Amino acid sequence: MLEKLPQSPVHAAPRYDWDELVQEDRVHRLIYADPAIFAQEMTHIFGAVWVYLAHESQIPNNNDFITGKLGLRPLIITRDNDGKIRALYNRCTHRGTTLCRWEKGNSKSFQCPYHGWSYLNTGKLRGVPWPDGYAVDFRDKKFNLAQVPRVESYRGFIFGTLNMEAPSLSDYLGPIKKPIDDWLNRNPGGKVVVCEANRLKFKGNWKLAYDNSADGYHVIYSHRSLIETENRFNDGQEKGMSYYKNSPDKLEMYVAYTGNGHHYKDKRPNLEKRAGGLWAIESLHPGMEHYAEKLRAKLGAKAEAALDLAGSEPMNINVFPNLSLLGNHIQVIEPVSFEETNAVWYGTKIEDADGTLGEDVVNDINALRMRTQEGFPNLGEVDDITNFEQIQRGLACLEDEWIYMNRGMGMPERFRTDADGVIYGPATDEVFMREYIKEWKRLMMAEPNLAVQREP
Amino acid sequence: MTAKTKQDPSRTSYYVSDALYQGLVDGYKDWQREDMIVEDPRACARFHRLLDREARLLDQLKYEEWLTLYAPEFIYWVPSTPGGGDPRREVAVTFDDRRRVEDRVFRFRTGYAWSQAPPSRTVRLIGNVEVFKTAQPNVTMVRSNFVINEFWDNATRTLSGWAGHRIAEQDGCLLIQCKQVNLIDCDQSLRNPSIIL
Repeated sequence: MLEKLPQSPVHAAPRYDWDELVQEDRVHRLIYADPAIFAQEMTHIFGAVWVYLAHESQIPNNNDFITGKLGLRPLIITRDNDGKIRALYNRCTHRGTTLCRWEKGNSKSFQCPYHGWSYLNTGKLRGVPWPDGYAVDFRDKKFNLAQVPRVESYRGFIFGTLNMEAPSLSDYLGPIKKPIDDWLNRNPGGKVVVCEANRLKFKGNWKLAYDNSADGYHVIYSHRSLIETENRFNDGQEKGMSYYKNSPDKLEMYVAYTGNGHHYKDKRPNLEKRAGGLWAIESLHPGMEHYAEKLRAKLGAKAEAALDLAGSEPMNINVFPNLSLLGNHIQVIEPVSFEETNAVWYGTKIEDADGTLGEDVVNDINALRMRTQEGFPNLGEVDDITNFEQIQRGLACLEDEWIYMNRGMGMPERFRTDADGVIYGPATDEVFMREYIKEWKRLMMAEPNLAVQREP
Repeated sequence: MTAKTKQDPSRTSYYVSDALYQGLVDGYKDWQREDMIVEDPRACARFHRLLDREARLLDQLKYEEWLTLYAPEFIYWVPSTPGGGDPRREVAVTFDDRRRVEDRVFRFRTGYAWSQAPPSRTVRLIGNVEVFKTAQPNVTMVRSNFVINEFWDNATRTLSGWAGHRIAEQDGCLLIQCKQVNLIDCDQSLRNPSIIL
């Protein structure tokens, strides 16, 4: 059963002139700094489009669950007893209490800690204490948990939307599926498994993170300390993102906007096209000499390709509004308030899914891959996040209203558009920001029909 | 690569191996046992002084001196899993060898480490120090609680948790082999986790 949700006047942003706030070359500070706009984003964006919820490897078995969020709505994301993935509102239908306060586990049912109402993990009410004190029929579906009406997966990535008119997930993703496929297919069996996270937060608007993750313009300056550190031994091989140092726009890497707010930056064309090309630019990580020597002794010529699996995949794939595949991480952007955001960098490991590498080799690769993944959050992302916070602070200047995203604008020779409408530009270009924020504006001006579902 | 470079843990990382990981996973499991507690106050005081000195050197940003408290091949480990987890299969907040720790120090001093420009000011309180014997006569495990007050970006915050130091005695000298830092909120989102804990 679907329940259409009324538009709440309390949540509606003031009647802004959106064309004034989002212009061709610049956006107004309010889109980052206004609590009312944030409140509207929680329905018009984090509700109306497909939002990333979790990865299937986090709930591999029936009755596994994790808690998560859709915007600010607390969820229990579970694989029910029949294996169906559900995103239940973590909210007792009685008094609104969250039912589950654990981050993960395995349970067929959830019992409210307040008055003891109990629900199956399908969302159906199982029972309430002393029902003889009620003159209602508890078989009425209004007492079953609300749940996200549409939950779909793409190759392990679970998304949900409240919008019954949204396209299928596959159509929503569109051409961004190709880089996602590439990102997955380099791993055995074309899959990854989530393994803990580098969890960060910052005092700034969530879009500051989304603006950043394909931005090739900030790299050489925001990450200057990282790049200098990675190359401190100066032993001939330039490490990490050193290729940004000189004329990055003349290199083969590029940024592409694929529609619906999605985009990616592809740095793979900069690399030597050989097995081991990725590993060669890895900066220095704990255990790398030991494991590289061990794998080379064991695998001979095949070792370089295996080492590449521990190397950071040089892609920044951004799925609007909250999922990024960065290196080997799955970054999830969690809005907390208009000026606070969690940026959770889930690590990924590989499995010996097709038996080609063998378990011992996979274990060695993962032992390296954990360390390569920790490098950037520790020595790079902290500097970006500091800059995000300082943007939010700068936006307190009420009279200085505009933020520019006009790099490359008015220079059509920098772009080409293919038959699918994908726009390609140089890696430092802000074209993807201009395009995704146009989509953001379209969504904020729309009147989405949101609904929740309850078991019949 | 010269043999000398190969042996220099500031330059290469050969010691972070399966054996090291397994030793950490085993050594950091079930070590705080009543029957292993060292009661002798003089022996305990020696370890307490070492931890106080470490805290002071970190507060004073005297990293070279701080690094002299450590064995040439050491691990600085901040799990993102309560209880530690297995760092071969899980990313940690931080899992550093000597070279990576020296990377951190180098980064701070580039002048471009925006997360530490200006740098945090810290004061650390170390307490509840308990000393435990291990199966190896020259190796001791020390548990301590810590409170770090960190002033950064116009505000002071508190970081707290407990640390497990694995300390070896060699030629009458105490050297830290591993420091495991267990933040009480290690599995939550952390704001600017830049300083060395």
